[in-house]
Amino acid sequence: MDIKWDKILITGDPLILGSQIAIVLTMVGIVVGLTYFKKWKYLWSEWLTSVDHKRIGIMYIIMGVLMFFRGGVDGLMMKAQTAVPENTFLDAQHYNEVFTTHGVIMILFMAMPMLIGIINIAMPLQIGARDVAFPQLNLLSFWLTFAGAMLFNLSFVVGGSPDAGWTSYFPLAGKEFTPGIGNNFYMVALQIAGIGTLMSGINFIVTIMKMRAPGMKLMRMPMFSWTTLITSLIIVIAFPIFTVALLLGTMDRIFGTHFFTVADGGLDMLWANLFWLWGHPEVYIVILPAFGIYSEVVATFSKKRLYGYTSMVMAIVVISALSMLVWVHHFYTMGVGPAVNSVFSITTMAIAVPTGIKMFNWLFTMRKGRIEFTAPMMWTLAFIPTFLIGGVTGVMLGMAAADFQYHNTLFLVAHFHYTLIPGVVYAVFAALYYWWPKVFGFKLNERIGKWHFWLFNIGFNLTFFPMFFLGLQGAARRMYTYSEESGLWPLYALSAVGAIFLAAGFAALCYNIYWSIRYEKRTTENDPWGTARTLEWATATPVPHYNFAVVPEVTDVDAYWEMKKNKDNFALDPNKIKPIHMPSNSGLPVYMGAAFLIAGFFLVFEWIPLAAISAFLIFAGMIKRSFEYDDGYYVPVEEIIEKERTWRGDSKWKAK
Amino acid sequence: MESKMINHSVPTEYQSEQGKLNILGFWIFIAAEIILFATLFAVYGVLHKRTSDGPTGEEIFVIKDVVIQTMLLLTSSFTAGLVIHEMRRGNVRGLITWLIITLALGGGFLYMEINEFIHYVHAGAGIQTSAFTSSLLTLLGTHGAHVTLGIFWAIMVIIQLLQRGITPITASKVHIWGIYWHFLDVVWIFIFTFVYVGGLI
Repeated sequence: MDIKWDKILITGDPLILGSQIAIVLTMVGIVVGLTYFKKWKYLWSEWLTSVDHKRIGIMYIIMGVLMFFRGGVDGLMMKAQTAVPENTFLDAQHYNEVFTTHGVIMILFMAMPMLIGIINIAMPLQIGARDVAFPQLNLLSFWLTFAGAMLFNLSFVVGGSPDAGWTSYFPLAGKEFTPGIGNNFYMVALQIAGIGTLMSGINFIVTIMKMRAPGMKLMRMPMFSWTTLITSLIIVIAFPIFTVALLLGTMDRIFGTHFFTVADGGLDMLWANLFWLWGHPEVYIVILPAFGIYSEVVATFSKKRLYGYTSMVMAIVVISALSMLVWVHHFYTMGVGPAVNSVFSITTMAIAVPTGIKMFNWLFTMRKGRIEFTAPMMWTLAFIPTFLIGGVTGVMLGMAAADFQYHNTLFLVAHFHYTLIPGVVYAVFAALYYWWPKVFGFKLNERIGKWHFWLFNIGFNLTFFPMFFLGLQGAARRMYTYSEESGLWPLYALSAVGAIFLAAGFAALCYNIYWSIRYEKRTTENDPWGTARTLEWATATPVPHYNFAVVPEVTDVDAYWEMKKNKDNFALDPNKIKPIHMPSNSGLPVYMGAAFLIAGFFLVFEWIPLAAISAFLIFAGMIKRSFEYDDGYYVPVEEIIEKERTWRGDSKWKAK
Repeated sequence: MESKMINHSVPTEYQSEQGKLNILGFWIFIAAEIILFATLFAVYGVLHKRTSDGPTGEEIFVIKDVVIQTMLLLTSSFTAGLVIHEMRRGNVRGLITWLIITLALGGGFLYMEINEFIHYVHAGAGIQTSAFTSSLLTLLGTHGAHVTLGIFWAIMVIIQLLQRGITPITASKVHIWGIYWHFLDVVWIFIFTFVYVGGLI
């Protein structure tokens, strides 16, 4: 066995050494803190093993925020490096690693966990369910995503980071050109996280198909739940392709096969095709739930029903279908010829049609509405023009002939940041502000929220708008430096200044969370915004672990709005309360996450016998699960009555 | 979740609420598996003529052995159908007997497949030889790994059947395993058609 002890710890780089020390200190700090405050048991039994969809959602979001920080620091390092010409802050190799991990972490370990976390919190409540269909599987999804993220982040200090871009194109990503183990981390960590995501997708589909409240037909389902359904569908269709691509990439790198190699018949462009067959739908996996969030927010704060509900549903269905038919537009320059390029050009531009329908529907929802400028609404309002810029430049890039000019320049980088940041990050912020009081029983502060909003928005536009022009002037993406004579310096510097504002905006969000936890006014009002429309606002704040004492009957798209109009429906009759069946917590998903992490780690280091042995840890967990016959437990009626009576008061209580 | 709710008007495996959810969830998982194998087939379709210096399919395929493998697996799909039949009749012994016969047939298939791989390696068609052999052995290997998992899975289900008999929960486990086993058979039919028969044309 060829143990690469010398490759385990990265040495000799002051930046990485500093991080290594910081990581060790943080870990020691966490352990000491938990022990000192005697929180181990609480953490284990209330959070790490909890199958409550709301708590799983919160854990996803915490992970997303941490990864946002990590990915953000990567971004700042890139901006610092390119702020002045011929800079030596990062060398070429280090820059390669930083843009690779920035991309992977932002897409797969920030955007995905954030959105899946928000889905976990809001979707079961919106459809009037008590939990998802498979609560323990849900927790397993989280731990696999977490294990994947940890393994991937480990690469930074142990073994070396992947450096072939987030697209990891072969043959560059192959053994021949990147002999280190960095890209093994990419293949294995994403595989583990991907299994978790696939299971989430299946879980959400079954939940939505089978567990909606009585009366909630599909066409009465809130928009966010609709987008969750379609996103889950795309996950189930697209992720297996990535599973195969990563498997083949792993085989090429570790077992010497010839799928994507240059020699012995391998076909490097096969990777690009497989990657984007997953990668393009992946873009819609993250953007559709965001569209759903905006739809909820815009209706709530315009105090109007969402305009064109049916066309909204049709639009996301059409987008999901088209998302599978555009992958070649990522490599028009591959050389498949004008005929093929034209087809993909047309499908690409066609996506602008359903997206445009959605844009107009949001605008028409606001028309003649009484708009309230709360934090979630402001993010929604900012999304529309910025995303439009992203969309229009997308159509420019979609024209195959023109794309030969923009291809691989910063114009493209600016474009996809203009789609993904307003399209996902703004939505995540809107969702955090919007659902925060429902989950925690207090709002995030509006005043600090405005600081967060303006700093982030100014920073975002300042960072990425100059990059369109840099791209048009010929600045290629992924270049670690440039010459002074190129004349690119002023725009690069402007962009770097913007990044400082972006970082300040993120800091304002973190400060807002801290400030609001300590000082913000607590509420038990079930509808803290006062104008909410969907079912999640019909139960207590913070939501009890059983969600609804009695599952409500739904007669309209805006189920809770209808209840408010007809107050009688909302009062609870205690005679209708029955014991509620709930699933038990489980430590098995934590174990499975650890087992995958260990097996994955050995596979990354190509210690095959050890990896094979630790695979049995995974099988042992599966066997344990097979023999588990835990029927859960019942929440007694008395407990429910007590809880419901406390928050409802007399006005919403129909005592008989 | 609500496994206590029992509906006696439907087959045993659909009687518990959780069993019903599990079966639907597994069908969706099968959809994902179809995409997974479809991708592997597409990869094979792209790479199967790229043999480099290695042998071609015609040179290494032993069609007689493949036909025997096919017969074993198709028969096992039939006996897997009898498993469900016996389960619906409430006959635990018949159910377990047919399950064991199914597994024996699956085991025979695996034995032949391993021999086939050994034959390929001896014929100079290892997984590192060419793009063709890489994609062939990965496609076959993924299917074989699924069959192996299915065998161990069924053994777990048999133990639970011996412990608990046919209950709504064990019945849904047998049913789900049945879906999986039939699915592997369908994949094999495609492998047989496109890889072996297609390779000989």
